[in-house]
Amino acid sequence: MIDINESVMQFLLAFVVAGPLLGAVAALLPAPPGLKGKSPGQAVLRHGVTVTGAILAAAIVLALGFDHDHPSRMQATTDISWIPALDVRIHLGIDGISLPLLVLTALLTFLCALYSYFKPPAGPAPKAFVALLLLLESGTLATFAVLDLLLFFLAFEMVLIPMYFLIARWGGAGRTRAAWKFILFTLLGSVVMLLGLLLIGIKAGTFDMVALATDNGRSLTTSVQVIAVLAIGIGLAVKTPMWPLHSWLPDAHTAAPTVGSVLLAGVLLKMGTYGFVRIVLPVAPDGFRTFAPYLAALAVVGIVYGSLACLALARQGAKGDLKRLIAYSSVGHMGFVLLGIASTTPTGVNGALFANIAHGLITGLLFFLVGALKDRTGSTDLDTLAEETGAALYGRAPRLGGLLAFGAVASLGLPGLAGFWGEMLALFGSFRPAAGLSRPAFLTFMAIGAFGTLLTAAYMLIVVRRVCMGGADRETAQLADVHGYEFAAWTPLVALTILAGLWPKALLGLTDPAVQQLLAGGPR
Amino acid sequence: MSAQPLAESLVQSVDWLAIAPPTLAAVVALAVLVADLFVPEPRKAVLGWVSVAGLAAATALLLPLLDGDRATFCTDAPARACSYTADHFTLVIQFLVLGGALLAALLSVTHLDDERRRVPAGEFWFLLLSSAAGAALLPASRDLATLIVALEAASLPAFALVGIRHGDKRSSEAALKFFLSSVTATAVSLMGISFVYATTGTLHLTRVAQRLTHVDGQLHTLAQAGVVLTLVGFAFKTAAAPFHFWVPDTYVGAPLPVAAYLSVVGKAVGFSGLILVTVVAFPSYADVWGPALAVLAALTMTAGNVAALRQRATRAYSAVRLLAWSSVGQAGYLLVPIAAAGYTKDAERAIGSTVAYALMYAAVNLGAFAVAALVGRGRALNRIADYRGLYATNPLSALLLAFFLLCLAGLPPGVIGLFAKVTVFSAAVDAGLGWLAVVMAVNVVIALFYYLQWTALLFRAPEGEPVRHRVPAPLTAALALTGVVGVALSGAPQLVLRFAAGGLF
Repeated sequence: MIDINESVMQFLLAFVVAGPLLGAVAALLPAPPGLKGKSPGQAVLRHGVTVTGAILAAAIVLALGFDHDHPSRMQATTDISWIPALDVRIHLGIDGISLPLLVLTALLTFLCALYSYFKPPAGPAPKAFVALLLLLESGTLATFAVLDLLLFFLAFEMVLIPMYFLIARWGGAGRTRAAWKFILFTLLGSVVMLLGLLLIGIKAGTFDMVALATDNGRSLTTSVQVIAVLAIGIGLAVKTPMWPLHSWLPDAHTAAPTVGSVLLAGVLLKMGTYGFVRIVLPVAPDGFRTFAPYLAALAVVGIVYGSLACLALARQGAKGDLKRLIAYSSVGHMGFVLLGIASTTPTGVNGALFANIAHGLITGLLFFLVGALKDRTGSTDLDTLAEETGAALYGRAPRLGGLLAFGAVASLGLPGLAGFWGEMLALFGSFRPAAGLSRPAFLTFMAIGAFGTLLTAAYMLIVVRRVCMGGADRETAQLADVHGYEFAAWTPLVALTILAGLWPKALLGLTDPAVQQLLAGGPR
Repeated sequence: MSAQPLAESLVQSVDWLAIAPPTLAAVVALAVLVADLFVPEPRKAVLGWVSVAGLAAATALLLPLLDGDRATFCTDAPARACSYTADHFTLVIQFLVLGGALLAALLSVTHLDDERRRVPAGEFWFLLLSSAAGAALLPASRDLATLIVALEAASLPAFALVGIRHGDKRSSEAALKFFLSSVTATAVSLMGISFVYATTGTLHLTRVAQRLTHVDGQLHTLAQAGVVLTLVGFAFKTAAAPFHFWVPDTYVGAPLPVAAYLSVVGKAVGFSGLILVTVVAFPSYADVWGPALAVLAALTMTAGNVAALRQRATRAYSAVRLLAWSSVGQAGYLLVPIAAAGYTKDAERAIGSTVAYALMYAAVNLGAFAVAALVGRGRALNRIADYRGLYATNPLSALLLAFFLLCLAGLPPGVIGLFAKVTVFSAAVDAGLGWLAVVMAVNVVIALFYYLQWTALLFRAPEGEPVRHRVPAPLTAALALTGVVGVALSGAPQLVLRFAAGGLF
């Protein structure tokens, strides 16, 4: 949109990746004179807002300077040798696939830091909290910006430790167990993934994603591709998460602090699906084609399973936890993303990438709202909240209730909001899957997936009825309505949800050329 | 005319500079032992500093050898073969051994200061330096006799070091256990060497390698048995399963710096010996030792990690015990590339992965021991539970320990640990040892569990009133050194990983 010098772009991208890392180190040091603030805690939280704000600004400038006429071209690239012995290069770059995720990450982290500034997390001193948040941001941003397989792995692993501590130290009930489950599941997946990445790197002679994608699997035999896709796929599927490897997710979400849940759902899950699109699809197309039907089948099982689990949780008397419910709904939503990827068509993959972003915005918002609800009522248990008739949020805190209803209908995929396009395109993709994939099978998957959207609508509406509506007698106990800082943290998410719903081309225009290129043989 | 060649063949010319590093360590050892007689009791600390300086000087003497083209004690007939070679492999391992001994010596200075009554200073330093001299000699040895002599020179003082504490039953028991099992292993090795000598008629590694390629059919089995038995002694020093049972009791019984020394230098002795006999001496028998080492590696890492997982945090000395078992697990990772060398044409690259991993392991493991020594000063039982809330009392050392443990686990921010594991994995995948890579992957996850549990404990709220300690200068130096090395390597992993690209021999 605006013309920015290439070397400035390079610097901005490097800054976006390395900035949070430096910020994390700085957060651990004592505050310099003049920046001490009211208390050490306040000073370090403000530091967090400053750093994430600067990163967000840099990401926005990157997005503005991005050449929107050629989104399939890698831009702002840096390529420096780091470890020649392993052939690891610091290769950074963004294209239409990674740019939206990069901006989403920077945005969500900034909003989380802002929210924490006004509502410090309950737990030990916030110093380590800010440092971990920044470390997490660095890891996720690096995942989306690096173009080297081993560097990707490094970034992928980098988020584990910060997230573990965020859950284990600032989380709610059952946090220790949940944190362990999170890290062990992900790590078991990612070491298997490492073996697959090494196999590809050794057999193809390079770890460079661009070179590998351009090669499009020509230098890899089919059996190598099959083994590599299986190994890498397991690692990514744990992170995504794909049914039946999802069982860490509900526990982690339920136990994590609000900010942790937002980032986990909004950003961390996307690392898995991004890996599928960026690595598996272009690098090992033959191997992926072998597994695509199975992936699609597991994806639709995930869609139905997630929705049924949510329905069960939403029932009266089920003692369903609202956070857990949203976590299970994530399993369903990510199922759509996987279905789109499995179709291996531009339509499906575009839908998957769109659904990725939409899920990040909407689920991020929902976790914020549920966190706020917990702060006000002290519980996220649906039965405790709703009692006999319903929690009557519309009456007691109308704005909060309205936002919750907005988040719920956006999540169920109401046309005109962000949730709609991604899932529709993913279903479209599986209506006409890529050549070589069984059409009847994919048609079945599509039908089941479409049925899943109905189930999604059902449980979301039940939640709205039980939380937002309720008997008139309950309206007496007023709740604090949305605070100013909450508005500040949530408005961008609401606005972007509407924008993406009404003007999907803004996003699809970026992803489509890049996806076309990727499926046809890698970015240039 | 005729007398001169005879004299030449009897009196070899010695390249003193090439053999300077181990020689200096041995000379300082003797000097300290003699000086001990004349130094009055209150000034025994001088001996420690002399030893530290000696080790530092020996390490510095590696600098003029950096070209890596020196060899001495050579015979020319029939083909040139040398008993002592200072090539790049030798230099890297000597650096590892002498540097490791230097850090262990820094830990010992404080330890001896604290336990003045129970540990005789002069003997301690003599034994430590002698053992280090033997360990530095080993990687340079290129004939089987020198190899065994170096192995014994490194081991015998170590037995005495383990049992050096006066009136400590645990210490003497540990020493006896260590001694008996080690001597058995060495005896088996010697038998293996005699078999090899019987089949080849030479002790020089390169000649053994040549002659093993065309062994008489009748002697084939003897040669095979010789190859396998020779490995035993070195596998024992590496603490490979099933020769690992001595490790936990020995580490717990020994003074802490000695345990640190054994965990790094002892292992270096073992695996460098293994590399020399397998890759240099027995390459033609790769089909024998390759699978044997692969199985050994899988067993070792599994045994070590599972046992480490079962450690209870409240048991006495559980911190050292955990480090002991984790070092067994790490030994398993070290063996993986050596096993892979048996399957691949490019054995040097595989060996380089072991060397790179060992350098990483040495730095961070000694760092972890340094923190353990620090905590052990206040809490004599050194339980893992005693590390709870270390961050509150001593934030810097807690952060360092967390970093070291994450390096050992191979997780960012311990970048060097991660990439060292990646090189080991890639050596295995490259050699087609997929099953071993998968076993190792599972082990990495198991190991993560206990490393992370310990790490998480550091940051919990402390129980009771926190006690602040002044950190003594030698410990500070050791911590700073290992910390700087760990962080520098994480920023520039190429510094050690370049060995994984080959070019060591």
